[in-house]
Amino acid sequence: MRLSPDQIIYWQLGFFKLNATIVFTWALMLLLAGGSILITRKLSMDLQRSRWQNLLEIIVTTIEEQIKEVGLLQPRKYLGFLGTLFLFVAAASLCTVIPGYESPTGSLSTTVALALCVFVAVPLFGVEEQGLGGYISSYLKPTFIMLPFNIISEISRTLALAVRLFGNMMSGAMIIGILLSITPFIFPIIMQVLGLLTGMVQAYIFSILATVYIAGAVSAQTPRPETDTTH
Amino acid sequence: MDSMTIIAIVSIFTAGITTGFGCLGPALGEGRAVSTALSSLAQQPDAAPTITRTLFVGLAMVESTAIYCFVVSMILIFANPFWNHFIAQAAGK
Repeated sequence: MRLSPDQIIYWQLGFFKLNATIVFTWALMLLLAGGSILITRKLSMDLQRSRWQNLLEIIVTTIEEQIKEVGLLQPRKYLGFLGTLFLFVAAASLCTVIPGYESPTGSLSTTVALALCVFVAVPLFGVEEQGLGGYISSYLKPTFIMLPFNIISEISRTLALAVRLFGNMMSGAMIIGILLSITPFIFPIIMQVLGLLTGMVQAYIFSILATVYIAGAVSAQTPRPETDTTH
Repeated sequence: MDSMTIIAIVSIFTAGITTGFGCLGPALGEGRAVSTALSSLAQQPDAAPTITRTLFVGLAMVESTAIYCFVVSMILIFANPFWNHFIAQAAGK
């Protein structure tokens, strides 16, 4: 019984092992990047558009709207990071319909890497928006007693991001594997559909949580405009 | 009973108990969350996007506790370090 695609090793050179996680991660990266390059070579501004350009425009504008709804008022700035997170996780779980494919997000290494990206990006965006002092003083809110708890929450939420995605993906793959060995052949397909749904929900949740964390870091200090209700 | 049998019994038993209790709490919590979200949707249909997004984020938080229990039980059964240690010892004899 395998817990993760890390244990499938295609090729080995000394201490470097080329496992299935690396292979499928690079395949997904090639698919996303190559597809985007192919589509954006011939962009048109008039009403005659290719279907692919329409698809990309829908994706980009939807992700922008979602980021704006969370409270980040300049979504273009964060679109690259958050959109890439969403598209990668979503593509990783959507491709599970391909036979022989193992989702790279079903390995703890991939999910920890993605969560570490969020862990590093949140302070960067926060410092960029409100300066170093402003961001660090947000840890001292509401009082300085909360400082250790704020730091602990920062670390534990990163861990939770990683383990949540990994657990969902791994459990999906494992349940299908167990069912294939004990049930007839139609029932695993139903579970696979359920797995696709969970994968999309997890992709949404991962990116929306990253957005919420960034929004919290960016707007922790900015005073809200007080609505005057005395008139 | 040698130590391997004891470890096997305890691991399997604990894995079952872990998954059972780990599903109980999150299931109750998620049920309450969804029912509250449904009543607020019925009261305020205009706020549907906000309610839905917050519901999903909250469900993910609750869900992660169940996932932790599942991961622990999977580790107990399939990747148990003590189990592997004693198997290696038995092979060494």
